Amino acid sequence: MATFTLPKNSKIGQGQSFKAAPGAIRTKEFKVYRWNPDDGANPRIDTYELDLDKVGPMVLDALIFIKNEVDPTLTFRRSCREGICGSCSMNIDGANTLACLKAHDEVNGAVRIYPLPHMAVVKDLVPDLSQAYAQLRSIEPWLKSDTPPPPDAERLQSKEERAALDGMWECILCFCCTTSCPSYWWNGDRYLGPAVLLQAYRWIADSRDEYTGDRLDALEDPYKLYRCHTIMNCTKTCPKGLNPAKAIGEIKQLLVDRKG
Amino acid sequence: MRESISINVRRSQLGRARGVGAGHSGVGHWRSERITSIALVPLTLWFIYAMLHLVGAPQPAVAAWVSNPINATLLLVLIFVTFQHMHLGFQVICEDYVSNKWQMTLMILGAKAVSLVLGLLASVAVLKLALT
Repeated sequence: MATFTLPKNSKIGQGQSFKAAPGAIRTKEFKVYRWNPDDGANPRIDTYELDLDKVGPMVLDALIFIKNEVDPTLTFRRSCREGICGSCSMNIDGANTLACLKAHDEVNGAVRIYPLPHMAVVKDLVPDLSQAYAQLRSIEPWLKSDTPPPPDAERLQSKEERAALDGMWECILCFCCTTSCPSYWWNGDRYLGPAVLLQAYRWIADSRDEYTGDRLDALEDPYKLYRCHTIMNCTKTCPKGLNPAKAIGEIKQLLVDRKG
Repeated sequence: MRESISINVRRSQLGRARGVGAGHSGVGHWRSERITSIALVPLTLWFIYAMLHLVGAPQPAVAAWVSNPINATLLLVLIFVTFQHMHLGFQVICEDYVSNKWQMTLMILGAKAVSLVLGLLASVAVLKLALT
């Protein structure tokens, strides 16, 4: 059966508590999931009280402040700090989002920060995404065409054909959607998940691609595609405001249409 | 502890993601699930409406209602669509939550058998009322 409780060695305990420097006027608590693969201990929640007058507006600013000023052992991914690299995806206040796009004053009370749900944890807020990356590779997310490109120009698209890719090319592969999906939690080893299916549809919808049928063949599977039950967590959580559920719906529609 | 972790899968992530390939099925199941659920909306409303009218009626009145060819046919359609939808839905629940392959197969087959028997039983009951 699907696992509904955490295994014994994943039960989360109380960790350390760090107070803000005396004299801080505006403070906020950040409760952060911590797990170190090297010490053999269970995960814990560390509480950091920060002086908001010294911290930038975003949750990522707070994490960087903690790492630089309070606790250098805190581990998390980040790169661009402006919502385009997809590195700092994590679960903040119960919803998956990018720490760099989430303002901490949007959260009432303490800010609870966990790694993306139901993925193996490498350390602290760093999840192991190698399965999701391999699933992306498996749908062959690149242009496949037998017609050679014109020798002296790009492959052209009409404005309408190009517009068909809007809402999909913007995906930064942060996997907030995939890891918010209960179907992916229970059957992630076989179900491709919303991020990968959005990318699959991005190439199905591309007017320059000539392998639409092969792409649909590869998705026509009770697990790879049809574990999607239109739960819509993906669309609700996407920090870029995209709609993976709609892309999955379009794939299902095409599969029905081609049967006649 | 790190020392106690044993790695028993060395197959690459891509090999695992590709798995045994696509099953090339699921479209029919997905489509019948939707068609049956849409069909059940008017059928169930009609059934509830009809039953409210028959509340407290004596047995011969109910039998007379069922022996009307339109009512009997609609009842048989309702029974067929309900049990069809039931076993399709139960299959999805098993595939979602039961990870042991044999247990899952047994539960799905069991649900199909139960749906078939209950559906036939209900149909025979309707036919008996309608034809006698």
